[in-house]
Amino acid sequence: MAQTHDANVYYVPHHSPWPFIGSITLFATALGVANWFNGHAWGQTLFFIGLAATLGVLAAWFGNVISESISGKYNAQVDVSFRMGMMWFIFSEVMFFAAFFGALFYARQFALPWLSGEGDGALTNQYLWPGFTAGWPSNGPAGIGGAFQTIPAWGLPLVNTLLLLSSGVTITIAHHALKANRRGALIFWLGATILLGTVFLCVQGYEYVHAYQELGLTLGSGIYGSTFFMLTGFHGMHVFLGTVMLIVIWLRCMKGHFSPDHHFGFEAVAWYWHFVDVVWLGLFLFVYVL
Amino acid sequence: MAHTDAAHADHHGEHKQSFFQRWFYSTNHKDIGTLYLVFSLVMFFIGGSMALVIRAELFQPGLQLVEPEFFNQMTTMHALVMIFGAVMPAFVGLANWMIPLQIGAPDMALPRMNNWSFWILPFAFTLLLLPTLLQVLFGIGGGGPAGGWTLYPPLSLQGGNSTAFTIFAIHLMGISSIMGAINIIATVLNMRAPGMDLLKMPVFVWTWLITAFLLIAVMPVLAGAVTMLLTDKFFETSFFNAAGGGDPVMYQHIFWFFGHPEVYIMILPAFGIVSEIIPTFARKPLFGYQAMVYATASIAFLSFIVWAHHMFTVGMPLGGELYFMYATMLIAIPTGVKVFNWVTTMWRGSISFETPMLFALGFVIMFTIGGFSGLMLAIVPADYQYHDTYFVVAHFHYVLVTGAVFGIMAGVYYWIPKWTGHMYNEKLGKLHFWLSTIFVNLLFFPQHFLGLAGMQRRVPDYNVAFADFNMWSTIGGFGFGISQLLFAWIVWQTVRGGARAEARSWEGAKGLEWTVPSPAPHHTFTTPPVIRDGDLAHGDVTH
Amino acid sequence: MRSAIATGLATALAGLPAWADSEPRRWQLNMPRGVTETAYNAYDMHMLMLWICVFIGLVVFGAMAVAMFRFRKSRGAVPDTGFTHSTRLEILWTVIPIVILVVMAVPATVKVIEQYDTKGSEMTVKVTGYQWMWRYEIVGEDVNFISRLDRESDRLRQSGVVPSEADHPHYLRDVDRPLVLPVDTKIRFVFTADDVIHAWWVPALGWKQDAIPGLINEAWTEIKQPGTYRGVCAELCGKDHGFMPIVVKAVPKAEYQAWLAAQKAGNEAEAARIVAAATARAGGEG
Ligand code: HEA
Ligand code: HEA
Ligand code: CUA
Ligand SMILES: [Cu+2]
Repeated sequence: MAQTHDANVYYVPHHSPWPFIGSITLFATALGVANWFNGHAWGQTLFFIGLAATLGVLAAWFGNVISESISGKYNAQVDVSFRMGMMWFIFSEVMFFAAFFGALFYARQFALPWLSGEGDGALTNQYLWPGFTAGWPSNGPAGIGGAFQTIPAWGLPLVNTLLLLSSGVTITIAHHALKANRRGALIFWLGATILLGTVFLCVQGYEYVHAYQELGLTLGSGIYGSTFFMLTGFHGMHVFLGTVMLIVIWLRCMKGHFSPDHHFGFEAVAWYWHFVDVVWLGLFLFVYVL
Repeated sequence: MAHTDAAHADHHGEHKQSFFQRWFYSTNHKDIGTLYLVFSLVMFFIGGSMALVIRAELFQPGLQLVEPEFFNQMTTMHALVMIFGAVMPAFVGLANWMIPLQIGAPDMALPRMNNWSFWILPFAFTLLLLPTLLQVLFGIGGGGPAGGWTLYPPLSLQGGNSTAFTIFAIHLMGISSIMGAINIIATVLNMRAPGMDLLKMPVFVWTWLITAFLLIAVMPVLAGAVTMLLTDKFFETSFFNAAGGGDPVMYQHIFWFFGHPEVYIMILPAFGIVSEIIPTFARKPLFGYQAMVYATASIAFLSFIVWAHHMFTVGMPLGGELYFMYATMLIAIPTGVKVFNWVTTMWRGSISFETPMLFALGFVIMFTIGGFSGLMLAIVPADYQYHDTYFVVAHFHYVLVTGAVFGIMAGVYYWIPKWTGHMYNEKLGKLHFWLSTIFVNLLFFPQHFLGLAGMQRRVPDYNVAFADFNMWSTIGGFGFGISQLLFAWIVWQTVRGGARAEARSWEGAKGLEWTVPSPAPHHTFTTPPVIRDGDLAHGDVTH
Repeated sequence: MRSAIATGLATALAGLPAWADSEPRRWQLNMPRGVTETAYNAYDMHMLMLWICVFIGLVVFGAMAVAMFRFRKSRGAVPDTGFTHSTRLEILWTVIPIVILVVMAVPATVKVIEQYDTKGSEMTVKVTGYQWMWRYEIVGEDVNFISRLDRESDRLRQSGVVPSEADHPHYLRDVDRPLVLPVDTKIRFVFTADDVIHAWWVPALGWKQDAIPGLINEAWTEIKQPGTYRGVCAELCGKDHGFMPIVVKAVPKAEYQAWLAAQKAGNEAEAARIVAAATARAGGEG
């Protein structure tokens, strides 16, 4: 298993085809989706091929990293670099969500009050949207997308909150089990985390279907629909990704990977999972409750 | 000792690699740095050619060369290519080459991701340029984006097929920049040789550390903004549509929350380069090292809270206008600290004027001129008149061309002996500097007058009253452009041969990079160097 | 305070012709002073900033020049490597700029606040931006028309020739129907747009304001002098962004009323004649 290295010897990995190939696959993905949006059917095909290939490249790349790690090539410094990389990556994700939260706050605090004639918006209301008063939820003075109902916070969203919160607990238990080298418990609690994540996604999926089919709430439902689906949608995508990552480390645990004091891969996924969890709390509060 | 063998095996492996493996599968910071720099130069010429199309159309009043729609495409693409293709990658290239050498690290912290950061770029720009190329070469499609580099909706949503291309290209550039920035932070924080304390690091490393932080903080916000554009165009969302409860101005807030830090992303590393060069050629340590570091950090902090100075005419409430005016004005203080420290570094020094120093001095003077016009723009009642005129165009080209680009060129002349092992041709270098400086001022100084007299930005045609200065400006533009062919020639010559460069290529140069041979061997600092105080660039760190 | 400014201005304006035409001139270097309080404000701030910057520039570049001359190696200068920091200097060059910034900020603040005071306006003009023309509506008066680039400019720009001053003295700066406004009247503008964002800018009035679809922006002006004031759209709005100029004709109040009456009566020819006559009487161009 991995051994700690002499801090006086640096480790530089040898060359790898994956970054270059990964750039090509990303290009295919982007070219595909751009053409798909512009109405070319082949673009869709290319997009999915590109996406699958990119995932394949990542799998192969991480595969290399894992075998190098297991064969003991990495030292403590490499480990710190990986940690920093993951932390700052998560920070960039936080800023990505910040853009959408920013849009939500701006729309509620500034845009809608102006349209309804508060403060500096008096003239806007008077000249362009007479009679419009915006509450929240709102689909704007033109009522874009037609009437809709929202999803009450204290039903399924609450269930989802509890699911994610407990998944945060289960993954922590799993982590402790790993540190105590209790492999059975590790696999059990990690499996439980995956299960919770999956149920969350199912509930979310059900909620979307319900919103589209029964509540009339769609992406096109004005600013409410836009912020609602973009925030919860991007979050859902992150939960999905997190679940896939959980499954990967679960399989690795079963193969006997990770040692009690050397398991960065596990920790990275756990950090990511907690990040997804925290974002959800923000969503629950600002999108559903308030 | 299995692990040492492993590490060695990797190094040996690299000596035997094929051309393809070396340049496409690289994990070597020097090779990747070179790739970045070459890419950046190519993009500079592409973006510059677009600028020359703009300038040629504006040579005389009337519409002679291009359609207005194509003109707007050129303006938009010129800016996107220059900012994301030329200036930012050039700085990343310099960081790749120099940061490991300056902090005594064997390579970047995450070498494979480093290669990925680079290789995404050529593809991202292929995607960005594709619609324009298809139109120009084959007459296919409606051409590239034409709504300005700021992509304000609703106009940017009127673009045809290019909108999706532009947005996904920006996503790719964002991924590349974020990964590059993560790598730089991890390198600086984790790979410093023992004894290289944070407050002993060269200023270039400091400025890049802070720049990297800015990048990670704002590139995702840009990604979010353009994603909202995408869904507004293709998925019926109403983020920027007042009828649905959104707001076109909201886009501008989100965009400039990215956009303003972005302009400091393009200047802070140049500050760093100049802070290396001036002490070297004044043969005296940098004055006020710590103040320089804190000033950089203050500029970065302030850059997050001034964004709406680009929006003084969108109809913000009074309080907003005043706040953003005051906050913006504050930036003059830390920036002033930097300028004064550079000047005082020269004071009681022993100055010589090799090409890097000339570019650095040109930078200090002309960047300051650009900073002054920036401060004028920050004054709301005056900005009511300046906004969206050529006065703004003059401002930002002074800070970007004679600022960022001059800084990059100074850095290239300064470090090229280390990269190639050869000295560049000093006579030609000086000629390049003087030609560039004369023409660039002919190019951009008259634009102040045009803006004040009332010529608005982003127009292909104008009234006869503006003809004379536009003609000067175009002559300056072509002169400056042709002078850059000289630059390319000098670089090429230096790569091919020239006088041997010593390890310490400049008499007054300090810093770890000058302790390794020139050209720097493919692998440096495979074991951590022992740092002697005299090697540090800024001997004053004890104070 | 106000009256002091007013007397000052009266003296300054004495040199100007009665019918002002603040068109850009060849080789013009500076911002025009304009014909409203707001424009004077912009101009004054601009000049203040300019001179402060020139002064700081002289000091900084002067010091650099001295250093480059006195401390050059070729003159045998020996570096004083101990001179690497000075808390006194650091404090000095932080505090002095702060003081200078305050000197700038105070008048700037006063002037912004003035421009935000739309109280007491006597009439309202609604301006709507379209790709690529303007619609003007005198609110409450049932006058509502579209104004776009004049035909001659349009012809010239499409001909591919290089226009000269003789071809068209107001190339790209003329419209088919100007906006006619009374002088010495506090006029409120409300702006919006129909398609994309435009910006209404007449330099002589001293401000520009974005016209944004779905929102209303507000601004005001009080023109001190009769005259023809030209401007342009100042926000990129598509291919003909450069071709949607603005012309404001400010006329004495009586002529304005006559023009308004003719417009309301739908008598375009009469309305045009009144404006032309007012222009001619004042000795300006039409
Ligand atoms: C490298 C890029 C860069 C840099 C460094 C800057 C620096 C500054 N910029 Fe600039 N700016 C741009 C790039 C940059 N800008 C771009 C690209 C745009 C246009 C975008 C678009 O619309 O397309 C723009 C536009 C822009 C605007 C909007 C104009 C408009 O559209 O109406 C404003 C307004 O406040 C502004 C202000 C400033 C200020 C105050 C600084 C300050 O940081 C300058 C500080 C420096 C100094 C002041 C000089 C040195 C100081 C001293 C010697 C000390 C003593 C001085 C005093 C006390 C006065 N900039
Ligand atoms: C880092 C950024 C950067 C750089 C380096 C430049 C460099 C230049 N810029 Fe750019 N510019 C911007 C960023 C930049 N610009 C931005 C952000 C905008 C705003 C866009 C918007 O409004 O949306 C803008 C807009 C802009 C305009 C206004 C357009 C408009 O409003 O319609 C103009 C007009 O003169 C211009 C000119 C130039 C010129 C002549 C150069 C020169 O310095 C270029 C010099 C380089 C070369 C010329 C290439 C090298 C040489 C050759 C290719 C060989 C061939 C040469 C000959 C045949 C002579 N730029
Ligand atoms: Cu309308 Cu520009
Ligand atoms: Cu800015």
